[in-house]
Amino acid sequence: MTTKFRTQFAKALAQHEVRNNTESVVNKLRKHRLAAFPDQAEWISMRRHSTAIRANATSKLPQLLEQLETNLQRNGIQVHWADTTEQANQTVLNIMRFHDARFIIKGKSMVSEEMGLNDFLNTHGIECLESDLGELIIQLAAEKPSHMIVPALHKNRKQIARLFHSQFPSIPYTEDISALAQAARRFLRHHFATAPVGLTGVNFMIAETGTLCLVENEGNGRMCSTAPPVHIAVSGIEKVVECLDDVPPLLGILTRSATGQPITTYVNMISSPRKPNEKDGPTAVHLILLDNGRSRIYSDPELRDTLNCIRCGACMNHCPIYKHIGGHAYQTVIPGPIGTILEPQKNGLDSYGELTQASTLCGACQEVCPVSIPIPKIINRLRWEHIRKSSCSTPGAGSGRRKTEAIIWKIWAWNCIHPGAYNRITSVATSMRRLADRILAKISPWTAARAVPRLPDTTLHERLKALKIDNE
Amino acid sequence: MDFTRASAGPKPNTVYLFGTCLIDLLYPQAGVSTVHLLEREGVNVIFPQAQTCCGQPAWNSGYRDEALAVARAQLKLFPRPIPIIAPSASCAGMIRVHYPTLFKGEPDEASTFDVADRVYELTEFLTDILKVDLTDLGEPTTVATHSSCTARREMNVADRIDLLLDQLQNVTRIEPDNAEECCGFGGTFAIKQPEISTAMVLEKAKAIENTGAQQLIGQDCGCLMNIGGALKKQDSQISHVHIAEFLWDRTHKATP
Repeated sequence: MTTKFRTQFAKALAQHEVRNNTESVVNKLRKHRLAAFPDQAEWISMRRHSTAIRANATSKLPQLLEQLETNLQRNGIQVHWADTTEQANQTVLNIMRFHDARFIIKGKSMVSEEMGLNDFLNTHGIECLESDLGELIIQLAAEKPSHMIVPALHKNRKQIARLFHSQFPSIPYTEDISALAQAARRFLRHHFATAPVGLTGVNFMIAETGTLCLVENEGNGRMCSTAPPVHIAVSGIEKVVECLDDVPPLLGILTRSATGQPITTYVNMISSPRKPNEKDGPTAVHLILLDNGRSRIYSDPELRDTLNCIRCGACMNHCPIYKHIGGHAYQTVIPGPIGTILEPQKNGLDSYGELTQASTLCGACQEVCPVSIPIPKIINRLRWEHIRKSSCSTPGAGSGRRKTEAIIWKIWAWNCIHPGAYNRITSVATSMRRLADRILAKISPWTAARAVPRLPDTTLHERLKALKIDNE
Repeated sequence: MDFTRASAGPKPNTVYLFGTCLIDLLYPQAGVSTVHLLEREGVNVIFPQAQTCCGQPAWNSGYRDEALAVARAQLKLFPRPIPIIAPSASCAGMIRVHYPTLFKGEPDEASTFDVADRVYELTEFLTDILKVDLTDLGEPTTVATHSSCTARREMNVADRIDLLLDQLQNVTRIEPDNAEECCGFGGTFAIKQPEISTAMVLEKAKAIENTGAQQLIGQDCGCLMNIGGALKKQDSQISHVHIAEFLWDRTHKATP
């Protein structure tokens, strides 16, 4: 059966330009990451530390969120809780209406992508402008991000040059990267100065101090969070950490894992709106905390590890499947291995369960994960939930169960626990191997790219019996 | 995936062989060569004839009840406190890493810890425990290697195949580009997502073709069947051989 995802994967594989662009960027990011961790022992120790910090924070999630809210409010930051993306969108809209604002300038935020915020605000007559260069490219092209960190990684320089030329006809055509960046900078400058509201994501929320930490390389995050009179930050509830001391180790491993940088150009610590004696900064700061299935994921001790993610993107950079099909083929907000475990849990196995099949369980993702998320183990767990009969917490559990497949596995298992039957079948297969070869040749998913494996004349069981190898 | 063995142990007199279903049905000579290699080191081999499959295909497909039933049938076949040798990192990894999870909360959970501790992948056992010293009797040749993802990331034994091949004087070993990347087999993945699997194996086959080697050597027959099948489909001259068969063929004197 060719399913929705398989069809999409096949289409993606036929897009050679996108594949080349994706492969070239992930190869670069792999190299940069490798160079950022020259000492294996140091990597292990950094990783252990970060893993412990995130595991600790996730395990205390409810308490830390309460503490965070108290401290944010004490600092003058207004906190809004949203169970669903609809509620989160509505909250943004309410803030916009309160300030009579019709334009919002945005820093990079995957949570706003999860909310579908731009489309929502557009339908309510509010214009959104992305100010992260990659996000701006995506917005101009009317596409979706194909990567968490490098949203336009599927586009090459020439494509971006053509896009800019078509969108900004006043700018002469150029393929020079810094000229393109300058063009975007000039275009954005005016909007930073005049936007009534700025919106950003958040990397870490510090419960102890009530601080929002935001890292970025372009300065647009700082502009969005300081220049407009109102700043709205959006975050998933899982981004909370216990204390300020937790942040430096996480930042160090986040930026190294993501782009190979020891630190980003900008590190923003947002602790309050403008104070009475201060000359700049927003007069109002809001934080919208989005749940959207996260507390359900939290309730399962094994699946909970999913929430430890610090969104570095290393798993997708090192995933051979992501490299081949690119981010869009996943049809999710977050692609790659982490998306493969996160999106079916958030949105249901009934619509996204097949994504769990988009993995060879090779383990490359877990190997590079700075917080040791056991992605293959969680994929295995979700495959089980996808086909299991009894119900469980993940929505859509059991929706992938197919009668024929279940029967095949039953027969297979019966055969494997009855060695007499197993040995007769393998023996017959090898003794009638010419016929068996012809049957095997018809398994087209295999033989499209591979020769049929030739069956030997006898099995290992038979050969070792003939050699009189001890049976017990 | 972090697994630390309780103890490496001294050289044993007797071991069990877990032949694996893939070797049983498609590459039996890899199993026979494993027996020869072990016996030459003075190790007696027991092959329980009732063994079938470790259960991994069902485990990785989410069919846990079926995987458990099949794994349980294997568990009973290796009662003596001696090592269990699997000429496959994938099957050894299933027993070592995944059996304890699969049996969690089951009455026989404790016995999986014992079995997990006793299972070895073949190249790991030859180097770490038997500390074999090989003498090459073959003609000069060049080989490309492919270590499976389970050897690399689950069993942490990917380098053992290199250590063994480097003992052979007339063998030049070449590691293909992107050696650490998966070949795209992934068990049922190759059937469920054949398009992606094909893209992956074609890239892998190309990297191996680019080495100019005469043979492809690996420790897992799943990968070998996948990459070897792709090479053969493209009429490549590179044949694929399991490490056990390659080592035995080059290091024993043919009986006259």
